[in-house]
Amino acid sequence: MDRLMSLCVPSLDLRKHRSLIDSLEIQSCYLLSEHSCLASGFGSIHFVLLVSRQGKVRLTKWYSPYTQKERSKVIRELSGVILNRGPKLCNFVEWRGYKVVYKRYASLYFCMCIDAEDNELEVLEIIHHYVEILDRYFGSVCELDLIFNFHKAYYILDELLIAGEIQESSKKTVARIISAQDQMVEAAKEEAGSISYIIAQAS
Amino acid sequence: MASSNSLMDSLFQRSLEDLIKGLRLGESTFISRSLEEIRREIKLTDLSTKSVALQKLSYLAALHGVDMAWAAFHAVEVVSSSRFAHKRIGYHAIAQSFSDQTPVMLLITNQLRKDLNSSNEHEVSLALECLARIGTDDLARDLTSEVFTLLGSSKALVRKKAIGVVLRVFDKYPDAVKVCFKRLVENLESSDPQLLSAVVGVFCELTAKDPRSYLPLAPEFYKILVDSRNNWVLIKVLKIFAKLASIEPRLAKKVADPVCEHMRKQNVGKSLLFECIRTVFSSLSDQETALKLAVAKIREFLVDDDPNLKYLGLHALSIVAPKHLWAVLENKEAVVKAMSDEDPNVKLEALHLLMAMVNEDNVTEISRILMNYALKSDPLFCNEIICSVLLPCSRNSYEIIVDFDWYLSLLGEMARVPHCQRGKEIEHQLIDIGTRVKDARLELVRVSRALLIDPALLGNQFLYPILSAAAWASGEYVEFSKSPYEIAEALLQPRTCLLPDSIRAIYIHSAFKVLVFSLGAYFSAQQPTSPPLAQESTSSGHSMVNGFTYNSISSLVNMIELGLCSLSGTIDVEVQERAKNILGFIGMIKHEIAEKATSQNSETEGHRAIAFMEDVFSEELGPVSSTAQEKVPLPEGLELNENLEGLQEICREVLEPMAESDYSSDKVSFSVAKLRIRDQEEASSSLPPPLESSSLLAEHRKRHGLYYLSSQKSEDHNDREGNDNNTSNEYPPANEISVDSFKPKKKISKPRPVVVKLDEGDEPKRKPDASSSNDESLSRAIQTALMGKGKGKEKEKEIVKENHEMNVDTENIEQSSRREKKNKKNGERSSKRSSRRQRGKEASVTKPVEVPDLLL
Repeated sequence: MDRLMSLCVPSLDLRKHRSLIDSLEIQSCYLLSEHSCLASGFGSIHFVLLVSRQGKVRLTKWYSPYTQKERSKVIRELSGVILNRGPKLCNFVEWRGYKVVYKRYASLYFCMCIDAEDNELEVLEIIHHYVEILDRYFGSVCELDLIFNFHKAYYILDELLIAGEIQESSKKTVARIISAQDQMVEAAKEEAGSISYIIAQAS
Repeated sequence: MASSNSLMDSLFQRSLEDLIKGLRLGESTFISRSLEEIRREIKLTDLSTKSVALQKLSYLAALHGVDMAWAAFHAVEVVSSSRFAHKRIGYHAIAQSFSDQTPVMLLITNQLRKDLNSSNEHEVSLALECLARIGTDDLARDLTSEVFTLLGSSKALVRKKAIGVVLRVFDKYPDAVKVCFKRLVENLESSDPQLLSAVVGVFCELTAKDPRSYLPLAPEFYKILVDSRNNWVLIKVLKIFAKLASIEPRLAKKVADPVCEHMRKQNVGKSLLFECIRTVFSSLSDQETALKLAVAKIREFLVDDDPNLKYLGLHALSIVAPKHLWAVLENKEAVVKAMSDEDPNVKLEALHLLMAMVNEDNVTEISRILMNYALKSDPLFCNEIICSVLLPCSRNSYEIIVDFDWYLSLLGEMARVPHCQRGKEIEHQLIDIGTRVKDARLELVRVSRALLIDPALLGNQFLYPILSAAAWASGEYVEFSKSPYEIAEALLQPRTCLLPDSIRAIYIHSAFKVLVFSLGAYFSAQQPTSPPLAQESTSSGHSMVNGFTYNSISSLVNMIELGLCSLSGTIDVEVQERAKNILGFIGMIKHEIAEKATSQNSETEGHRAIAFMEDVFSEELGPVSSTAQEKVPLPEGLELNENLEGLQEICREVLEPMAESDYSSDKVSFSVAKLRIRDQEEASSSLPPPLESSSLLAEHRKRHGLYYLSSQKSEDHNDREGNDNNTSNEYPPANEISVDSFKPKKKISKPRPVVVKLDEGDEPKRKPDASSSNDESLSRAIQTALMGKGKGKEKEKEIVKENHEMNVDTENIEQSSRREKKNKKNGERSSKRSSRRQRGKEASVTKPVEVPDLLL
């Protein structure tokens, strides 16, 4: 498993990455006129997706109301579009009247869906910011870290975005908050893990 | 026993990690097995077991699409735990799975309130995150006071999340504005960058929905724009100003300077630079220096190697294109170069820009370039190209087309582009041009003939609409045809069996028109003196070219008879009926043809029948106004608007994108309807004398006259000269427009033909946006808050009233704001503090939205 950050170039440059299979199916990025079934969200980011190169979903966070069925459809549609895009292309895809900004870090694609008039470059920066925080937290993060600690990735994301709005711009603060929360959990776990506690529960 | 069972379950419960490991081995059966376990575990009383089960379930829901709505109640249970670890899992599950319809929503109000009041900031933050995601009208109402308290919290973590929550609370419960707005505004002056970032984000979203309400806050925003060093905050503030400046031009002037300053900075972040450029292009484009600077900066984007910047550069140009085309023209090399970029998104933007540059001088050249690209592009992009040629060319009744012969042959070429799938639009334009532009009909028939006689085209289903248009045109304007025999042969060629029945019916009917025309020409050639027959043929002026001899006409009749006799047994009634009509007509007329050759008697039965049939087809079809339907008076007692409000919500998504194709299908169904009417008349024609049926026709038209807008046009034209616009002569001659084109201009050899335009409604109408009542009440609440008026429904009503006045009379605002200026010294907050009674008095005089003069 390659480390995510090791491949991440500060200038947000994708060109050094290994190329993906080029394909003709760049479909629905053109089909703007297709109806959009999304209800509008409150913030500027509608959802966050992490998809592996093989198309496995690693994280989903929805800030606009979608039903479970719509969610699966969106994931299928978007990963089809994004995974098929070549490495030297731009990081934005128009989709159902929205923009999806994605960036590949090693084997993972980080995607965020925003309104058409939102700032794409800013979202690229937010994605990078998120990856940096993950990297700091896990210590050179890789896909496996996110697979086994998917909930941690969520908690970190929650410190970064609330209601789809960017919340926190300092990496340090996020790290501090998350570790404080972790400590609370650990303390409780030790107590709960003790045999006497289990016996007390059972009797 | 039961308790020991549950103990075993708790002790040997699979952890989340076990679950993930198991999933990595093999998915499908493992998921269902785990779900069973989860269902059992989640019902246990032990909260640790329960929460782990819930966590596993939310994992499966997030990544494997498993439904977790059934566990809503258990999530509420877990949240009620006193442990942070459980709470975190519970709130995460709730945020992920709850919707407005979740039935247990009512149960969490108290829990949320408890956690919002907690002394542990992390618990408060969890509750706030949850509220931000799932807040309903009720939750927002019940928890407003807690949110208000937290807005003043000393802990930055809590306060910034409370700010974020405000967005949802305002949206769901506009009255919360009265409580929270003041504190929210105070945060705009916060020195803490986190808080500032959060509050600017909230205002950015609020302003996007209803800019006018936030105009009074412009000084605060301006201060941030000048002082802030944080790119993300600046981007948000720029977005706010983009909205504000578009409704208040004086603001644009004021903001232009700091925006330019940001753009001029060395090593300014690209994201901020791009936002500056976009703000200038969208809202400050009247500020000359700012615009020039932005155009200069955008050029750097266009020539950059980074595909992102290239894409955004093109995208920004397309924003400015409608108002300042020169900015695009200056960069046209870069645009044309981008057409051959490897990124389809970049190509698409370039294509849109290219078409934005089109005018009547360069349309030929640009279309030529694009058609070459279309031939070598992949199917998707090829159709994008075709589409983007078709759309601007047809805009405003073919405004930019001067040479319709060229355009028609271009349409014919498009049909032959291998990947072409835009048959519907091409069909519409072919018929539309046929009905609108008389002078183009000769070329239309020529293009149609080329399409019809090519048997290869019949194999491509995407071309069927085009072929049906070609068939219709060849039949309707057969008098322009060089060889009607050839047309009839093409219309009845064996491969037409590949066509769908509806189109085949059009083919057959067109063959009928060809036959009637030919017979008419044949008979009139025999008797040039016969007045009723000569009418149509002489008016067209082309028909006499093809003299029909007895041999040619009888071979035509035989060919048609042969082609149709197999169709009289078709299953499709439309095809069958038309075929039978023609066969019946031929049967009636056949011996007359033979007689004609020998005798000179003009008053034969067949002669009269032909004359009548020609009469039927002689009426010219014209374009239909898209507002035709509205001219039909509403029958009394018919309630069209009742109870269908909800339907609009559902249908909007479906209807909007189809607006264009709707229009074209209107047209087609119109012509089909007309054909039907003719069919009825044909059916009755063979027996009664012409007089009776034409009086029937007259009566029919009298009754349904409204549907015949187009054909009445010539009469109408004289009647109402005031508001009509039938000719397009007012277009300036091509040479007057001296916008740069790709090649030196060609002299236009012939004048632009007349294009029939209907007085109104040629363009499809846009539906007015139905803004939700919630938004309105929110903006009303905000305006109230900004005015410092407390409560009172009457006041609100007043504001609504004033709002209307304000829209009508903007000058008043300026006056009042100037007056206002004297009253307040320190922005709105001081005015809010001023005594309510005084404000109440003033409110009746002043307008609700004060435009600040930015005394900065």
